[in-house]
Amino acid sequence: MLRTWRQRVTLTDLFVWSIGIFIGIMLIVGFYRAFFVPPYNAKYSYYTWADLIVKGLALGGVYALIAMGYTLVYGILRMINFAHSEVFMSGPFTAVFLANWLAKAGYYEKYPFLCLILVALLSMAVSMTIAILLERIAYRPLRTAPRLVPLITAIGASFFLIYTFRGLYGSGMFAYPSIPALDGSWTLFGVFELYKTQVVVIAFAVIMMMILFYIVQKTKIGKAMRAVSEDKEAAALMGIDVDRIIVFTFALGGISAGAAGVLYALQFPIVNAFMGFVPGLKAFTAAVLGGIGSVPGAFLGAMILGVLESLGPNLFLDPLNIPNPAQLKDGIAFLILVFILIFRPSGILGERGTQTKV
Amino acid sequence: MSKRLFAIVSVLVLASFILAACGPSTPAYTCTDKIGCVTIKPGEPVHIAYGLVVAGPNETLGIDSRNGIEIAIADAGGKILGHDIKFDGQDTGCSAETGQAAATKLAADPTIIGVVGTSCSSEARVGMPLMSKAGFVVVSPSNTAVDLTEAGNANNYPGYLRTAHNDKVQGAKAAEYAYNVLGIRKAATINDGSIYADGLQKVFAENFKKLGGTITAQSAVDPNQTDMSSVLADIAAGSPELIYLPIFQPAGPFIILQAPKTPGLETVKLMGADGLFSPDVVTAAGDSIEGFKVSSPLVTGAAYDAFVQKYTTKFGKAPISIFHAHAYDAFNMIKAGIEKVAVQQADGTLIIPRQALRDALYATKDFQGLTGVLGCTPTGDCANPVIGIYEYHKGQYPPTLIFPTQ
Repeated sequence: MLRTWRQRVTLTDLFVWSIGIFIGIMLIVGFYRAFFVPPYNAKYSYYTWADLIVKGLALGGVYALIAMGYTLVYGILRMINFAHSEVFMSGPFTAVFLANWLAKAGYYEKYPFLCLILVALLSMAVSMTIAILLERIAYRPLRTAPRLVPLITAIGASFFLIYTFRGLYGSGMFAYPSIPALDGSWTLFGVFELYKTQVVVIAFAVIMMMILFYIVQKTKIGKAMRAVSEDKEAAALMGIDVDRIIVFTFALGGISAGAAGVLYALQFPIVNAFMGFVPGLKAFTAAVLGGIGSVPGAFLGAMILGVLESLGPNLFLDPLNIPNPAQLKDGIAFLILVFILIFRPSGILGERGTQTKV
Repeated sequence: MSKRLFAIVSVLVLASFILAACGPSTPAYTCTDKIGCVTIKPGEPVHIAYGLVVAGPNETLGIDSRNGIEIAIADAGGKILGHDIKFDGQDTGCSAETGQAAATKLAADPTIIGVVGTSCSSEARVGMPLMSKAGFVVVSPSNTAVDLTEAGNANNYPGYLRTAHNDKVQGAKAAEYAYNVLGIRKAATINDGSIYADGLQKVFAENFKKLGGTITAQSAVDPNQTDMSSVLADIAAGSPELIYLPIFQPAGPFIILQAPKTPGLETVKLMGADGLFSPDVVTAAGDSIEGFKVSSPLVTGAAYDAFVQKYTTKFGKAPISIFHAHAYDAFNMIKAGIEKVAVQQADGTLIIPRQALRDALYATKDFQGLTGVLGCTPTGDCANPVIGIYEYHKGQYPPTLIFPTQ
């Protein structure tokens, strides 16, 4: 048995595993020090950790909704839609004007939740439109092209959308008005502050994910989506209109990205044309982490990534005496991704050894 | 046949060479300048360029400066020594990469005599080697990093001057205000890795420690970071009374928004610097802006008030940042220098020797500008700085001056 193992394992595998083991050791030492070794374990109170976890969950909720778009499109078309980060950006960047108009007209104080729903609906509508236009203009003509071509088209579409929106709305920054009804927090256990915006974000994200999961698993059109993602030709032979299903998939991804945009804007109220790039990248990472093509995988991966990104610098890097760990926040998230992919390349909930269909 | 054709062509080519060599007669003035001279024929414009942040999240900084220059050009009648002024430039983006791209484009244009720029010190650090080599004079209205005019420092290039204050003054004033007026004894700083923010927080920390306070943390964030929770958690562990954040947008507004929501920092005071003096900060930070203080240059006087009137009339709104007067003075300094060293020929041609222009600018003394009486040191500091501390209130721009009280 040792001989067959030695035959299968190459030098590259050993090198990659040693990187993974190094990262793993670093994470374990950091974690251990943060809780058990003085003076590190006295630095942060439990309320700080709890606060960071809640913030991570809120961030994870946003990533989960964006990751839905990536994972659904990959499931159906076996293609990474790199322009999805701009689908995410277009929603809140357009809705900011409606939000500011509503605030100036005074409706924000009188009917805060109605205003929020209006802003969310506009954001979802715009994102859905951009997603459908993308599919129609950039991807449908290339359905039969070799795999690299739609990938490059996606990157080109991404840049096109960023600079179009920058030209349309301006290159400065635009801010969402604050909602007085969502200011403040609830105090738990007399000490811990649970901020209202974070609760709204997490609740909204979970509800949207449940709706999306229901659509994909329990409705007829969801069944058609799963059929098309399994075998396009057989589904067409069964009488399913493949083009309509693909448009519906993109629309669904766009709607969830638009919703994610509003939730992101509730936490980080400054929007501009470039805001989609980093969250889109992180959401794609989350989708890969959870197993690309799997809807619960996207959700799980996003939550894990959000929490790790929030806790990472303080939990792993700070106890290792790395200076300015906050600047490495993105780095630690991607490092953990590398770590998990080294030992489980198909992601947490991905199928092992899947034959990818061409 | 082809041999004859070849002979005719070669004779024509030789003739054209001879005719080209006997071109217009050389000018009577021979350029003995160390760097070179710019020749401006009658009817050609004098080209002054700008290298400012006119797009992106910090655009108010550069647009405000550019507006100041446009007023200066209008006041000069649009001409220098009888030649029209050609004024254009590049957006420098307030980062090293974009600053270098802009400086490369500017340096490639040999008709440029002087540049009013840059806006952000990080742009100057990478842009100055190129613009200095191109022979320009560069007068900055808003660079404040100490390195750029420090004798012997690698970042100090010949041809660079500034009408803005040096951060040695700003950091000291901020520390003095925090310690003496606010009574702060424990402070933390956040910088964004740029030469301006890092230098300024170092000066603040030095001065604050000298006065007797303690610095609990000196952290850094990425300029485009949105989620500040980990750096704020890190700072909260030291329980400071004040956080000094001499950074730009959007990082500044994000910290202002998120600090009150971090456990341990609910009542901490926040203070920024001139990078956060902009109406965009008020809209971005919403209600959390209340009580946010900034240090910034303080410009007063009847001439300045008249200038603000002109600005409001011409551009339809009050100044959107704080360096418009410095830009006005920077342009006028360059104009005065050109008027001093330019050689006017009989036919109206203007010859401007570059090194002589630089020397004239460095020798500026008792120059009456909007920002005060300017005099330049050999390394390029021309300002007569007065720093004020301002406080923001909800929905109100500009912030009110609170120290020194007038």
